[in-house]
Amino acid sequence: MLNLDKSDLRLFLLVAAALVLAPFILNPFPEGSNLAQFNAGYPDLMQRLVIFGIFAIGFNILFGLTGYLSFGHAAFLGVGSYAAIWMMKLLTMNVIPAIVVSIIVAGIFAALVGFISLRRSGIYFSILTLAFAQMSYSLAYSVLTPITGGETGLQPKINDPRILDAPLLDGATPTAGLFGIDMRASWQLSVGDWLFTFNFGYYFAAVVMLIAFYVSMRIFRSPFGMMLRAVKTNQNRLNYTGVNTRPYTLTAFIISGMYAGLAGGLLVAMDTQVGADRMFWTASGEVVLMTILGGAGTLIGPVLGAGFIKYMENVVSKINETVLHQWFYWLPDGLEDFVVSVIYPFVGKGWHLTLGLMFMAVVIFLPGGLMEGLRRLTQGRKKKADEKTGGAVATPAE
Amino acid sequence: MGILEVQNVNKRFGGLQALRDVNLSIAQGSLHAIIGPNGAGKSTLLNCFVGRLIPDTGSVTFDGSSLIGLKPHEINQAGVTRVFQTPEIFGDLSLLENVMIPAFAKRDGAYKPSMWSPLQGEREIREQAEEALASVNLADKRHQTANSQSRGNKRRLELAMGLVQKPKLLLLDEPTAGMARADTNATIDLLKEISATGITMVVIEHDMHVVFSLAQKITVLAQGSPIVEDLPENIKGNPKVQEAYLGGAHL
Repeated sequence: MLNLDKSDLRLFLLVAAALVLAPFILNPFPEGSNLAQFNAGYPDLMQRLVIFGIFAIGFNILFGLTGYLSFGHAAFLGVGSYAAIWMMKLLTMNVIPAIVVSIIVAGIFAALVGFISLRRSGIYFSILTLAFAQMSYSLAYSVLTPITGGETGLQPKINDPRILDAPLLDGATPTAGLFGIDMRASWQLSVGDWLFTFNFGYYFAAVVMLIAFYVSMRIFRSPFGMMLRAVKTNQNRLNYTGVNTRPYTLTAFIISGMYAGLAGGLLVAMDTQVGADRMFWTASGEVVLMTILGGAGTLIGPVLGAGFIKYMENVVSKINETVLHQWFYWLPDGLEDFVVSVIYPFVGKGWHLTLGLMFMAVVIFLPGGLMEGLRRLTQGRKKKADEKTGGAVATPAE
Repeated sequence: MGILEVQNVNKRFGGLQALRDVNLSIAQGSLHAIIGPNGAGKSTLLNCFVGRLIPDTGSVTFDGSSLIGLKPHEINQAGVTRVFQTPEIFGDLSLLENVMIPAFAKRDGAYKPSMWSPLQGEREIREQAEEALASVNLADKRHQTANSQSRGNKRRLELAMGLVQKPKLLLLDEPTAGMARADTNATIDLLKEISATGITMVVIEHDMHVVFSLAQKITVLAQGSPIVEDLPENIKGNPKVQEAYLGGAHL
């Protein structure tokens, strides 16, 4: 089915099921309980999880397969976002043209950047891509203000031309939608103390991610994917084998740029706004972290990494001192203050510290990322089943 | 006129004249060995054939067209395949994939991004690769990764990667170095079989046993220039060769 082999098909169906059931899976705690803030099943976060999943899937096609580490992929995300917002300003608030154009524009920009950057490999390639991204960021803030809106960014306004849409009534705000269905439309299901939200925008993004994931699977399992893996292992030898490696790497670069553009377009489809900070180098670094954390070169690892980081960013960062005191109210006063002051630097605004420590632990103990952890877990269990003595079972530092 | 014509090739690295007025003609279909003491310029010469080095002067003509200035992949696409001395393989890939890559390059040219067809559907390429692996006795290891192999197996994998392309000219840089004696003999037999199919071969080799069991013609290189080119039986007794190559000892 779908031209995938058995284990790939299983993975694909698993991802599809997880995406459909995400509003339940991400909302395990009842409303109003102490743990409710660990719930991630609200539309805004779920949208981000899948959109950055797409970004990481695309980045993985370049970095995971060819080993070329781009430090400028946020530029393509940003360019895609700007393209999408202009489609919303000029054409229609329907998200389809916005997303299609964001992919195309990001692809063209990636072709330009890749053509130049791929003349070098290793650290020089990384620096070139970083330079391009920072140039784009600076330009968006300064010279290109008429196109990018500079510091204020861009939003669809009521008096934009939007030649395909009927004019809006006075006082109405333009909202993004798909053939009349509002991206923000949500339906809520309440079961006992639990509240589950089903958001149209999320499901739209989830379908797009599923398609994007399927395409990346096909690329991974194709002769093209094998050539890219050969580039990673021994690019020089590949040339002597009669393969011209430059166009292969450029194609991979453009594809991953298009994925980034798609993610940028989807971000705009969800929140209909864009600012230049989307292209800042930390955003480029973030997708590198996501991919490595999840497992570069694995199919689903980058999505896990993206989900993990976005979850941390949105959930751990919300834990503040008051919340900590609530958790540890049962401790004697002095001890309570002590525990809270120890944990405090790692949560709230300090969530980057937790992330950094986890990243270090993963890189040191699980060079293959979270996926390697999962693999070791399942293999360890198999081993245990085989020989009941147990023996040396690797315990991942998760 | 041979299939590979080398005329007046000079190559200098700083103060070292690595190649000095090399003239060489490799006849179509022959199995030609290039021997010489360490530092004689054998590998430098080979590197000039495949585009890794560009000669300072002179010409290298293959099948009527110049190879000078062509990129490595263009030279391969023209029909010249090189088997490396130190195994240059794709370590993370399986043996089968290692051999499928040159097979793809041969069939599809230097660039064909077939992203949508599953690798498993490529029966024809797979069969070619399996056949090449079987010819070097690696068929049963085809799903193992290349890095996990012994040095001897890596050498044989290198050979399979060259053979699968069925090139017009196969350049072999010490094809049996690092192999056990039994494997060496098997490789000699294999190379003889391939030579019989009409593929032109140039072999660089240290092992005299290999050279004299294989070569139809031998060129002796010393200090960057060819000093003798002759049939193997005449090389053995040539005093110039013994002087340059063996310091006067008898073969």
